[in-house]
Amino acid sequence: MSQEKNVKITMDIDSLRSELRDNSVRVIDVRREEDYKKSHIPNAVNLPLANLLSDDSPERVVKLVNTIGIDDETPVVVYDDTFGALASRVAWTLEYLGHSKVSLLETTFSKWKSLGLEHDDKIPQIQSKEHTIQLNSEILSTTDYLETSKNKPNVLLIDNRERLNYLEQHIPGAINLPYRTLATQDKILRPKEDMKRLLDNRGITGEFEIITYCGSVGTLSGLAYYALKSIGLSNIKLYVRSFKEWKGLEKPTVKQEDAHYWDLSAE
Amino acid sequence: MTLSEPVNSNPISSKSKINWGKMEEAEDFAATVKLYRQGKFDEDSFRRYRLQHGAYGTRMTNDYAMVRIKLPAGEVYPYQLEKISQLSEQFSIGSAHFSTRENIQLHWVVLEDVSEILRGLADVGLTSREACGNSVRNVMCSPLSGVCPDEEFDSTPYALATARFFLRNPLSQSLPRKFKFNFTCCEKHGMVRMVDVGLISQTRDLDGSTQKGFKIFLGGGLGNKSFVGHQLEEFTPEEDLLYTSIAVIRIFDRLGDRKNMARNRMRYLVNDMGWEKFRNLVLKERAIVRATQSVVTRLDVDHAPNLIKRPIQISDESGGSIPEGYARWIKTSTLKQKQSEYHSVFITLEAGDITSNQLISLASIIQEFSSEGNARTGFIQNIAIRYVHEEDLPRLYSKLLGVGLAKSGSLTMAAPVGCSGTTSCNLALTNSHRLAKEIQRKFLELKLDQDDDLSDSSIKISGCPNACAQHGIATIGFFGGGGRVGKEMYPNYQMSLGGRSDGETTLGSTCHRIPAKRVIPVILKIIELFKENKKSNDTLKDWLHRIINGKEDTAIKSMHDMKIALDFLTIPPTKEEDPDFYNDYGSDSSYHTKTGKGECAA
Repeated sequence: MSQEKNVKITMDIDSLRSELRDNSVRVIDVRREEDYKKSHIPNAVNLPLANLLSDDSPERVVKLVNTIGIDDETPVVVYDDTFGALASRVAWTLEYLGHSKVSLLETTFSKWKSLGLEHDDKIPQIQSKEHTIQLNSEILSTTDYLETSKNKPNVLLIDNRERLNYLEQHIPGAINLPYRTLATQDKILRPKEDMKRLLDNRGITGEFEIITYCGSVGTLSGLAYYALKSIGLSNIKLYVRSFKEWKGLEKPTVKQEDAHYWDLSAE
Repeated sequence: MTLSEPVNSNPISSKSKINWGKMEEAEDFAATVKLYRQGKFDEDSFRRYRLQHGAYGTRMTNDYAMVRIKLPAGEVYPYQLEKISQLSEQFSIGSAHFSTRENIQLHWVVLEDVSEILRGLADVGLTSREACGNSVRNVMCSPLSGVCPDEEFDSTPYALATARFFLRNPLSQSLPRKFKFNFTCCEKHGMVRMVDVGLISQTRDLDGSTQKGFKIFLGGGLGNKSFVGHQLEEFTPEEDLLYTSIAVIRIFDRLGDRKNMARNRMRYLVNDMGWEKFRNLVLKERAIVRATQSVVTRLDVDHAPNLIKRPIQISDESGGSIPEGYARWIKTSTLKQKQSEYHSVFITLEAGDITSNQLISLASIIQEFSSEGNARTGFIQNIAIRYVHEEDLPRLYSKLLGVGLAKSGSLTMAAPVGCSGTTSCNLALTNSHRLAKEIQRKFLELKLDQDDDLSDSSIKISGCPNACAQHGIATIGFFGGGGRVGKEMYPNYQMSLGGRSDGETTLGSTCHRIPAKRVIPVILKIIELFKENKKSNDTLKDWLHRIINGKEDTAIKSMHDMKIALDFLTIPPTKEEDPDFYNDYGSDSSYHTKTGKGECAA
């Protein structure tokens, strides 16, 4: 629905290396500028998440996208060094803008480097392009939207924060699927069959419209957005302003009562 | 393309010889949970099934479970700890919990995720099967078996063989109640007289050759009502070990109380019947088992010696100064083994809790320092790294220090045990878990771990009258309850003194009710009274032993004297004077008791 079928959710290392050789893909590194400058995947451009989030209105985002040489037809691969969560948030933003050819690198930059794969500190010269704005509002949930739809029987709300945070406080009706659950040791997302079994067990299936949220800016829940897409689910929305806005607006929350679970933590 | 193994792969890859896991059980569990949620499984049958697979209920909710991972004989390998770390991060709270029975528990797991944990465990040869419910629970073995200077021989292979024999054995799938085996090395490192079957390895001379065998104790146990076990006979030869175990389980299965949940542990059967009668039944039944089954039923004891190989030092970090606190740690957290040049290092965890990151570090530290390539969990929510070469101790200390695992006092009174309490247990009345942590912090702050007079004493705190923290055998033991001033409630503990689990196993004597927020001052006051009245070379443990046995002649002669000496600390202030008194640890709201249904008896 929101994305063409032939675009992969994650791109494997081999494919990316071959596309890099052909120069047929735009790679976005979403880490901080100082880290990017030290080293990055060859030809990758830098779009730090913090920069994007400082103003993520479509008018500004499209300018950023243009300067890193992306138009509607440019295939894009995004990576980070934060288990895919920051990359997901950037990829989702591109999708929201109307871009339909964006994938996540299947692994993190640290892992890429530890495998001995190529990286350098050269800043590529990029020719600016013109991207259109065709907002894909089907993948966004606002607070208003969430409030009116979350009690519908066909809507499933998923909280991707860690278990203790969820127990302490969450949006009424949400189920908890901590972001750590989605990854394997090596990859930002579990293999498809593995992911499908995990989500099936939890009753997370295609019969629902699904809304994901996390703590503040939609990174952990952005990763979950792609995890759900990776098994073929399509009706998914990211509550991008997440729990921070919900609480800020003093909306109702619930907690697991009568248990001192925090004292079980060794942190 | 598949990604290769991490670059920092294992210097020594030692692997468990026994695979306890079974992948089909994970799949079956997932399918069963679905049926249960669809209403196709009744509550009772599902609960029984869930417990049989090691998933215990959680406080005030049906949505979560606790998964109890069995470590038979306490053995755990680095790659298994890495997996548990990963599972705790994915499906639990980012921490794991070491229990008093050599299990590792993952709490607050979504019921629908339990099967994923079972899957992960099967991947590394572990299981939670029969970790709960009315079955043979994890077979324990002293963490010092094999290295204890006082032992006759290593009981570990026998503990492992016993665990193997009973796991998934139809004999032990629906007993009247749970059933526990503890093996140990010697009297001092005991815990054999407060369990259904306790065993100490021993030898005797028979016609000029040495015969191996056990001292077996039956019918002990701690709980709402506790009993000390009885020795079956002078010497049980190793050939009779399995037949004795089977005989005891058969009798319990046949005669144990299946109706009265509060009294169906085997100790009640032994007590009601009388020891002599029970003993005769066991001996008769054993004769039958031996006569009918000895040809086909044997205990498969692996006598192959473990490979002891000091890991090669990869980088030379010597020359650096030894970090502060080393001497204190050596004194209070390590033991010399019977093997010269080798030491066992004990790691105390606050009430048994460890973070997923610490588990990963622990796994690599075991690889780097243990010459046997694995570790052993202990009886007090702790873990031991054994076969550490004495030259490696300073380096090990700094490694442990770097990841917050080098607390001193592991083998002293400064390592209290606290059950999970109101952090997750349905039955708990108080936050015993946090209280244990608070006591440990206070003891280390006051450096009481270094006090030789206290080192053989212990503190154990249960959150209810059931005895998961084993408070009955503590030098100073507590169990939780509620106290009341008018309409206001406050968390309160019943304190018992003088319990012990060694050769002179004694259940603690009830002394006084102590409000939760007065427990620490009361413990310190008892120590003060002891210091005032002690004889030279006296320990707190000996002093209290004399008091409860009427053999002390100084100011504190009895529990009554002790109670009077502590009275002033137990008087509740008004809520206006001290509102904190009315809150439990870890809580800023007024205390009230609230419990759900226990599941031990399901």
